Amino acid sequence: MSVSRAIRVAVLLIAADIAASPLAAAEIPQDQRRSGYSFMTPDTQAMQDDDTANPGMLWVLDGEALWNSKAGAAGKACADCHGDARASMKGVAARYPAFDATLGRPVNLEQRINLCRVGHQQAAPLAFESRDLLALTAYLAEQSRGTAIEAGIDPQLEPFVAKGRELFMQRQGQLNLGCANCHDDNWDKRLAGSAITQAHPTGYPLYRLEWQSLGSLQRRLRSCISGIRAQAYDYGAPELVELELYLMSRARGMPIEAPAVRP
Amino acid sequence: MASALINVPKKAKRGDIIEIKTLMSHIMETGYRHTATGEVVPRDIITSFSCRYNGVEIFRADLFPAIAANPFITFFAVATESGKFDFEWIGDKGFTETASASISVE
Repeated sequence: MSVSRAIRVAVLLIAADIAASPLAAAEIPQDQRRSGYSFMTPDTQAMQDDDTANPGMLWVLDGEALWNSKAGAAGKACADCHGDARASMKGVAARYPAFDATLGRPVNLEQRINLCRVGHQQAAPLAFESRDLLALTAYLAEQSRGTAIEAGIDPQLEPFVAKGRELFMQRQGQLNLGCANCHDDNWDKRLAGSAITQAHPTGYPLYRLEWQSLGSLQRRLRSCISGIRAQAYDYGAPELVELELYLMSRARGMPIEAPAVRP
Repeated sequence: MASALINVPKKAKRGDIIEIKTLMSHIMETGYRHTATGEVVPRDIITSFSCRYNGVEIFRADLFPAIAANPFITFFAVATESGKFDFEWIGDKGFTETASASISVE
């Protein structure tokens, strides 16, 4: 049986189990929150811990090169305005998604990079999940390693965090599951042999061994949504950003570990 | 934008067994996958890796489609003299990458 088939069967079994039991829908207490890292095998943890074994660092290297290379009609590099990312970008990823006053809604780190590209570099926006956008995001996120997540503190974000939370709780798709059914209520159980985990986005963009590539939080969310057999929102959709924002505010205080490695 | 990550100890004592770790950026497309329209995605893999220590080959590996993307190859060597490790990756579509690292042996 293929892995994806096994997961599908297990999702059905769990769905049946959840449908049969009354829902607890209890949020995870602050002191019981755990990064996905703590659910991994020692081998995978070692891979994340060693920067010369962590494939995510390949994207970080590319991101550093992109940060310093000129792009667009304005002929400017990121570094021409922001200087050394090691200083100027420290802690930035821990605050995203953040409120954008012009748009009047939250934008995630990828969207911020593209707003900068279009507005200041006068360059074409990078496609979601393209190597270049992942590389720049990984390079920025790496500057916040060890920084406590503080996304969603801005009072202007309150309604958007609330919308994200609603989406997290809401059942949808053919399996009629909400995110909370697994990640709040059953995170200590397993799905086809894999740990369910608490869904704290501490390490994005991260290298998934299953993807054999780096991927964004939105890619993860979209595959979870397909997993419950619902129609996934498009990359950059406000719903995904709100969900991202809620997850980051739910993980507030936990340290950033990007680029993480996950099975 | 292929890039390599190399981990070789900077210093070692003569006769020490040292671990060498290499990570190369590569998609390792198997050649067995199809697109949505049914066309085969052509194979694009690294086919060989070698390491020379002061010009002498000390490690070589052949790679095949079953090897995951971004191959991580580690092996051991005996530190005999100060000098340079040269790494070379060769693959499909004319792929060649090189990297090197120095060691000082006391």
